Amino acid sequence: MSEPSVVHVSFSIERRYDASPARVFAAFSDPVAKRRWSACHDEGGLGEHMLDFREGGRETMRGAPAESGVYAMNATFQEIVPEQRIIYSYELLRDEFRLSISLATIEFHRDGAGTRLLFTEQAAFLDGHDRPEWREQGSRIGFDRLAEYLAQEQAPA
Amino acid sequence: MFQALADPNRRHMVQRLCEGPASVSELAAPLQMTLSAVVQHLAVLEGAGLVRSQKIGRVRTCQLETQALRAAERWISERRSLWERRFDRLGAFLAENPEDPLEKNSK
Amino acid sequence: MTERSVIHATVTVERVFRASPARVFAAWSSAEALSRWMSPVEDWQASYDHFDFRIGGGDRLRFGPPEGEAYVTESRFLDIVPDVRIISAGSMSTAGTRVTAGVLTVEFKAAASGCRMTLTEQTAFLDGHERPEDHEAGWQEILNKLAVELAREQQAA
Repeated sequence: MSEPSVVHVSFSIERRYDASPARVFAAFSDPVAKRRWSACHDEGGLGEHMLDFREGGRETMRGAPAESGVYAMNATFQEIVPEQRIIYSYELLRDEFRLSISLATIEFHRDGAGTRLLFTEQAAFLDGHDRPEWREQGSRIGFDRLAEYLAQEQAPA
Repeated sequence: MFQALADPNRRHMVQRLCEGPASVSELAAPLQMTLSAVVQHLAVLEGAGLVRSQKIGRVRTCQLETQALRAAERWISERRSLWERRFDRLGAFLAENPEDPLEKNSK
Repeated sequence: MTERSVIHATVTVERVFRASPARVFAAWSSAEALSRWMSPVEDWQASYDHFDFRIGGGDRLRFGPPEGEAYVTESRFLDIVPDVRIISAGSMSTAGTRVTAGVLTVEFKAAASGCRMTLTEQTAFLDGHERPEDHEAGWQEILNKLAVELAREQQAA
């Protein structure tokens, strides 16, 4: 049996959209719009989604049952600055097993007529090597990408 | 965990262990430091779950704890590609819905 | 309009205490114990408005000089493994302005001389109010106080 472990990682993604910050922000704040594009098809299909978009409010998503288990996401909004910034913390669960705890920051910057979106996730990844199937699939991955994440982790300090 | 790798000596030790298991003195050889300093660095790497060591006879052999690293790498690449796909869909959604979504909802 | 900016950084502080992991864990798991050492400046006081130590529970901490509060943190416990780790997520404010949001992981491991405790703060530093290096210095000060507290307990026992 493996010892309990926590691996701390972070990554970020940047995108530009031909839409105003107000419209891009609304795609996050409006429950109907949010479901349209963020539904966790990738995690077994969307079962349930609840969005209470205010500071201290919650967002929960639960995937439909699948062979790999039922994925669930429980988030709490830490900060909302309309059209500029959304920060939330969330846990990701598969069945009863807690996979990770993260802080996600979404920044909206006006860029001409469009919006530059910056997504940053800082995550504590829990006990991953207790999952045998991840171990097997993971064995194909080398250490080449490690440097990328290391560089990100050290950059701000 | 990655913070444990912020130190250049510890990164050097991990890079050496990527090639295979090594004894403490083998790890110390290329580094300009005492054995006890190497042992201290090893303690940090072990604490971070990166390295495992085992004493056989009088020799302590170290090896990389690759499972934690690989599971973490796999997890990040999955999360990243999930968000990439979501942001693709967000782009498609914004292009298909040029009107203000708030106005549309208030109809 | 305020200029918005976010710096994402990881602050890690490690300390070996001459006390068992169970005793160091206990120092983190009650408001009474925490309020004796959880403040980053000599002479500052820490007090908990509430403290509900269970997964899904939360706490609200005020700390600052005796004549007035300087900071308020509000967080929620997301993962608790007795004597092993505590993970929480939340935010910190001063004078009504949110200055950070983040995930805090505290891990307890047995070491030859007691307990090796690793604290990892994955934080979004907001709008230039706080700096990662100040948080690191603050944690060092807090852990100095924790060491004194653990030694005092040891003597009393």
